[in-house]
Amino acid sequence: MSTLLEARRVTKIFGGGLFDRTSTLALDDFSLAIDGDRPSITAVVGESGSGKTTLSRLLLGLTAPTEGRVRYEGRDLQAMSRAEWRAFRRDVQVIFQDPYEVYNPFYRVDHVLATPVAKFRLASSRAAARGLIEDVLRAVGLRPEETLGRFPHQLSGGQRQRVMVARALLLKPRVILADEPVSMVDASLRATILASLRRMNAELGISILYITHDLTTAYQISDNIVVLYRGSVAEAGDVELVVKQPRHPYTQLLLSSIPQASAARTWMTDNAMASAAVYDAAGAGCKFAARCPSVASRCREAAPPLFQTDRHRAVSCYLHQDAPSLAPEAMVSAFALPSVTRGRRS
Amino acid sequence: MRNLLVHYGTPLGAVTAADSVSFSLRAGERLGVVGESGSGKSTLALAILRMIKPPGRIDAGEVWLDGVNLLALSDEAMRQVRLARIALIPQGSMNSLNPVMRIKDQIADALRDHGLAPSRRQVEERVRELLESVGLRPEVADMFPHELSGGMKQRACIAIAISLRPRVIIADEPTSALDVVVQKQVMETLARVQKDLGASVILVGHDMGLMAQFVDRLGVMYAGRLIEVSPVRDIFTQPLHPYTEMLIASLPSLEQKGTFRGIPGLIPLLRDLPPGCAFHPRCPHAVDRCRAEEPRLREIRPAGWAACHLR
Ligand SMILES: Nc1ncnc2c1ncn2[C@@H]1O[C@H](COP(=O)(O)OP(=O)(O)OP(=O)(O)O)[C@@H](O)[C@H]1O
Ligand SMILES: Nc1ncnc2c1ncn2[C@@H]1O[C@H](COP(=O)(O)OP(=O)(O)OP(=O)(O)O)[C@@H](O)[C@H]1O
Ligand code: SF4
Ligand SMILES: [Mg+2]
Ligand SMILES: [Mg+2]
Repeated sequence: MSTLLEARRVTKIFGGGLFDRTSTLALDDFSLAIDGDRPSITAVVGESGSGKTTLSRLLLGLTAPTEGRVRYEGRDLQAMSRAEWRAFRRDVQVIFQDPYEVYNPFYRVDHVLATPVAKFRLASSRAAARGLIEDVLRAVGLRPEETLGRFPHQLSGGQRQRVMVARALLLKPRVILADEPVSMVDASLRATILASLRRMNAELGISILYITHDLTTAYQISDNIVVLYRGSVAEAGDVELVVKQPRHPYTQLLLSSIPQASAARTWMTDNAMASAAVYDAAGAGCKFAARCPSVASRCREAAPPLFQTDRHRAVSCYLHQDAPSLAPEAMVSAFALPSVTRGRRS
Repeated sequence: MRNLLVHYGTPLGAVTAADSVSFSLRAGERLGVVGESGSGKSTLALAILRMIKPPGRIDAGEVWLDGVNLLALSDEAMRQVRLARIALIPQGSMNSLNPVMRIKDQIADALRDHGLAPSRRQVEERVRELLESVGLRPEVADMFPHELSGGMKQRACIAIAISLRPRVIIADEPTSALDVVVQKQVMETLARVQKDLGASVILVGHDMGLMAQFVDRLGVMYAGRLIEVSPVRDIFTQPLHPYTEMLIASLPSLEQKGTFRGIPGLIPLLRDLPPGCAFHPRCPHAVDRCRAEEPRLREIRPAGWAACHLR
């Protein structure tokens, strides 16, 4: 496998140093690699504050890791030449959670789309540029005549988000990092946008990192999945395995908490007194220990390593300590598990 | 609710956010209202409480609660109905808690407002009871909103809403900002307090999974109209309206991969609705009549109502 984009043993701490009690450990010795040979869709799921956006900002070189490296085609993002950086900025595109901050409020949205066309010389004439822009807008379900010519505040959150998807499409990048690309979009349209991400992967060979709190859409579009819990990997591997036979207690809790859109009612229990999530200070042990129904004394002593429970899955939980553990430097290849479900797509 | 009509005045002309909306709610029932963003769900919820603010206006309709038409009440009488008989957990309410007031004072305000629990001791007692009923520790009473997690804030909002033991609880997207694990806890809390009070619930939202698991009957809104109302089980097995059918087909599931698809076309602009059925430009079954005549909500099968000419 040749690695296109990679985070290797990355830690990100906000505010203060490692031992400062007011600091936040947003990402904790995290590794992930995106394969350049086989374009895949990798989902990163986790609850609010688990470190998803921090990860995407690190992978884009928008923040520097406190420890560890982020590399694109083997080059450390922090050490790139101007030409390498320019190529990186074209090859790796992003769709952000709150697209509002990406827009300059004084420019019409046309600007957001016209800038990359000019900067990367995507069209030979004004008319060709306009045609290109209209095509990508329609591809994400926007009416060009109702979108172009408007200022960012004149669009709804969902519309702004779709303009960003359109912009990413425009550049035909090698990697798209999509951070909650459909969280502000309605159900009927969500399917359309996710289907277009999937098409970009299958037809244009673009690798996609889909960052979300929504396990259901993650399951639908991805090959591999990483479940984050407070900056650490709880479970990672083939999406079919992780979703159908979750092994980490947190993944199990997440899956059982999702209300299913079906006639079968199994969701509600009478155990309403379970108090709101307790967030204790991260101790030395497993970060999930405070909420874990299977917690044992050793869980509080040291954080569990990743155990490779299946060929295509790793779980960070002592319940699986009989499986071989993975050394941190082996993590990268453990996450970039070749998908067993490839070829299923049209 | 009968024939509700609500307009919002905008610089580009009046927008009809609710048009001839009618439905009924039984005692102890949980009714869901779904629809895409801007379809009029919050408008409907606010109209029940006469809380539509200018430039919005209720132009017609009746809202009957236990034999009284709320839309005909005096302002003072309506003020008494709010909270005491119908309580609203507004959209984004966890962020509308007063940041400089302790939780107990925010609950006490509601009690005093309606002349209940006059003594300080009675207030403290009631606050403790209410917090306990939503699964919050008594210490929370003395905390400020920023000291609480999202789920705890949402529970505090439920505590305020039920403080006067209302007959109807209207919850507008009560969990849309929460993680699934916390969402489940909050909804279980709501279900329990509802049962204790014997109240009815109107749950407004767009999460079909949440609706499937929580409500008894479901109303589907499209472009300011209620286009289907059916028992929730029927909605998922035999939807009546083509929009409902396509909406359900667009939902991703954890069961089977690659099965969902979007609804082609766009949501129409409310100030520029197509003639006839508002859904006809996106409907695969549309015939001439759909383009000319607006379908009314009719009972198609027992308890199953839909607004579609082909039914
Ligand atoms: N610039 C920053 N300064 C200080 N702390 C930060 C900063 N950015 C993020 N954090 C903290 O790091 C942690 C991870 O945040 P992050 O935004 O990555 O979470 P997330 O998984 O994207 O959450 P969400 O689902 O809410 O978007 C949080 O505790 C957050 O408060
Ligand atoms: N104050 C207002 N002024 C003008 N138009 C308004 C106002 N409030 C709502 N509207 C319009 O009325 C329509 C219905 O709005 P409403 O808030 O009821 O939708 P909703 O279904 O609750 O949407 P969401 O899912 O986004 O909460 C929308 O088209 C909206 O733009
Ligand atoms: S390591 Fe222990 S506390 Fe952590 S998830 Fe596994 S059993 Fe639970
Ligand atoms: Mg984020
Ligand atoms: Mg609303």
